[in-house]
Amino acid sequence: MERYYQPEIECASREQILAWQNERLVKQVRNVWDNVPYYRKKMEEKGLTPDDIKGVADLHKLPFVTKDDLREAYPYGLVARPLKDCVRIQSTSGTTGKRVVAFYTQHDIDLWEDCCARAIVAAGGTNEDVCQVSYGYGLFTGGPGLNGGSHKVGCLTIPTSSGNTERQIMFIKDLNATILCCTPSYAAYLGESMKEMGMSPEDIPLKAGIFGAEAWSEEMRQDIQKTLGIKAYDIYGLTELSGPGVSFECSAQTGMHINEDHFIAEIIDPNTGEVLPDGTQGELVFTSITKEAFPLLRYRTRDICVLSREKCPCGRTHVKMSKPRGRSDDMLIIKGVNVFPSQIETVLIAQGYQANYQMIVDRVNNSDTLEVMVEMTPENFSDNLGKITEMEKHLVSALKAMLGIYAKVRLVAPKTIARSEGKAVRVIDKRKI
Amino acid sequence: MTVYQISVFLENRTGQLAEITKILGDNQIDMRAISIAETADYGVLRLIVDQPQKTTSILLSQGFVLSQTPVVVVTVPDQPGGLAPVLQLIADGGIDIEYMYSLFTHKEGNAYMVFRVSDDEKFTSLLAQNGIAVANRQELGITD
Repeated sequence: MERYYQPEIECASREQILAWQNERLVKQVRNVWDNVPYYRKKMEEKGLTPDDIKGVADLHKLPFVTKDDLREAYPYGLVARPLKDCVRIQSTSGTTGKRVVAFYTQHDIDLWEDCCARAIVAAGGTNEDVCQVSYGYGLFTGGPGLNGGSHKVGCLTIPTSSGNTERQIMFIKDLNATILCCTPSYAAYLGESMKEMGMSPEDIPLKAGIFGAEAWSEEMRQDIQKTLGIKAYDIYGLTELSGPGVSFECSAQTGMHINEDHFIAEIIDPNTGEVLPDGTQGELVFTSITKEAFPLLRYRTRDICVLSREKCPCGRTHVKMSKPRGRSDDMLIIKGVNVFPSQIETVLIAQGYQANYQMIVDRVNNSDTLEVMVEMTPENFSDNLGKITEMEKHLVSALKAMLGIYAKVRLVAPKTIARSEGKAVRVIDKRKI
Repeated sequence: MTVYQISVFLENRTGQLAEITKILGDNQIDMRAISIAETADYGVLRLIVDQPQKTTSILLSQGFVLSQTPVVVVTVPDQPGGLAPVLQLIADGGIDIEYMYSLFTHKEGNAYMVFRVSDDEKFTSLLAQNGIAVANRQELGITD
């Protein structure tokens, strides 16, 4: 039977959700107009006043907020509460060189942790569970968010943070961890390390994992579920909006329910900014309607996905988003073709390789080149060079079929591609250097 | 008493081979034969050693990808034309050679050739019928 952390909210009627959104949006627009000069200026430039926004139907009138705005307003320009009311700062990992600093009141933290608690309960968590949080703690939102959510559910929480893989495995085994929270690439790495230590899924008590903070494919899910013997749930979030828990997967595992009582989601055409109908692929835009310290209106996430309002068998009524199919800024244009790293991952896992890879994009004689470094696995190795070459050819043609362009494959020895315990570096684009 | 070859995946990187041979040396492992098949980007190192089990576990623990492959080691007279009859047998028997290489070790006017062929059983019976000796592990000093 499906369990919920806040059933009256998670299973509320669509009318009720819309009523919450209308009321909270109007209040939030008034709040930023009164308290954030940066927003007031942006609204005035469009000739808007708070009176123009009477509900969700008027949302499209508001200007977008982008990462550039966050950078320009850094550090306090978008803060809507006096700093004496703020209790926490979190920051993005800065992988793209654009560090974002977000502020929280105690109320903001409470709501954020509620969102994470919803995700843990959706993954089957109760106060009987032992929840190991192997996301990084500190400025990164992964650790603190899931840690707070785990406390709210009443799980016995193991705050291992990331790193020290052998200790992670020892704690899972010795302290009977039943739920694991970390990035999917780290989950895959833990599975691989366990295998090396001669352990099988039956040797550990884990039953579920909540994995997010980076893109992962359906194939990678199957892989992790098999090697760890668990059900693997996706969780989505952004530091800008709070952190993990903006949306989360339920038992159906067919998309992530967006916590619509806190966030209004829109899908837009990334080129024109036009709002697209549900079911259309486009860039995800969020408006945080309950945030006190760091409210964002129509924030462009750069994540490309699809929203679905189809009835979910889990009973939750909140809209579902697909796994992001790529980021409009992760998307590479190689030989004029759009390439997402997640496509390569899909092919690799289907061909029996590890999802650990690195793409090297370069420009040689004014022509783009793509090389994919792939680690050799014991399963794909043979004493017969011809057989290896054959497998390599299969991989090249599978990549060609997926991407539409030729990618050179370079087989490398195991563990030669750096594994990070935070986010994996998948792309080296030498054209930019 | 089948002889097993250890096949190791080699990335085409400076020092890879030196690294492996140093590991073997440090662990007092004696090589009987070494052969490499390569493309521009990677290769397969094939080894016959005196302690194949020990070698396998050491290399695995160092993170190498490898496999063990049964091979046939044939005693061949170390003189002009010594190898030709063996190859003729293989050709007449319709057997394909995947690869072959020689051992460092010699014995009383004989050399040893390592064969990996498409049909081991047929190959060994043809050798036996024609009085060509196949070397076993004791003869090659393979201990584990």
